[in-house]
Amino acid sequence: MKLFRFSSPAAFYPLAGKLIPVFWVLAILALGIGLYWGLLETPDRLGGTNPQKEYYRIIFIHVPAAWLSMWLYLMLAVWSAIGLVFNTRLSFMMARATAPTGAIFTFLALVTGSIWGHPSWGTWWDWDPRLTSELILFFLYVGYLALNSAIDDHRRGDKASALLAIVGLVMLPIIFWSINCPDPNQCAALHQRSSLSQMEGNILFAMLIMTLGLWMYSFATTLTRLRSIILEREGDSTWARDILEKSA
Amino acid sequence: MSAFFAQGGYGAYVWGAYGLTLILLVGEVWQLRRQRRTILARLSRMVRLRTRGDQA
Repeated sequence: MKLFRFSSPAAFYPLAGKLIPVFWVLAILALGIGLYWGLLETPDRLGGTNPQKEYYRIIFIHVPAAWLSMWLYLMLAVWSAIGLVFNTRLSFMMARATAPTGAIFTFLALVTGSIWGHPSWGTWWDWDPRLTSELILFFLYVGYLALNSAIDDHRRGDKASALLAIVGLVMLPIIFWSINCPDPNQCAALHQRSSLSQMEGNILFAMLIMTLGLWMYSFATTLTRLRSIILEREGDSTWARDILEKSA
Repeated sequence: MSAFFAQGGYGAYVWGAYGLTLILLVGEVWQLRRQRRTILARLSRMVRLRTRGDQA
């Protein structure tokens, strides 16, 4: 099948090289528009009866970062599963290349949330279900990376850390539904249910275009890292030597 | 313009969050560039060593 042609590192390496600049252009365009719109074209209050003041503008980083932390984890787990089922080495490399960017966005979601929490909730941190489950997601990313690099034979390291990534998938529905507190007497959730359709149009637009921009950024950095991983692991092969001699 | 930077008195929060994001993303890109350069330098050194070995 034609699709599987690109599942070999030799074929994917040059393809990724062509895609990276495209993703960079899209990322810079979207982030430029998103920052301009979010910082200059939005009202300085968010919400109705007890509005959030200017500090709500952290939303343009916080929400995209939180979404990406979960989407990138899903990608990490799916590539890991494909690697385990089909034993394709490129899938494991994809998973390994996705993890650091995912960890960065998880960290950003946590810290920007903390910065936002201080003026709006009056505290930098609380063991709110969503904060706690997102923190565990961060530990999963770190655990995946630590386990992957702790085993010298990277074929074994890939398989062990792939299993960890798949088991960690359980956190995604927990984070997603962590705003639903079944009984307010038993648990208090600081994160409130919010619906995109009720958001002010300019705020929603800036938030979505920032999400698109950070998605494109993630593709660009992940593919760049993937190319380095391919070279690191297969730099000795004939096809890699051909490429290196041509570029030298 | 100063109102833009003040953000209604919440400038430290808003710019702190944006600044930290910028630092982390620029740091990631810088680290990726360095990683790629290191690997390419090592591989081209190996290619040179091998071609010298072939001639001898």
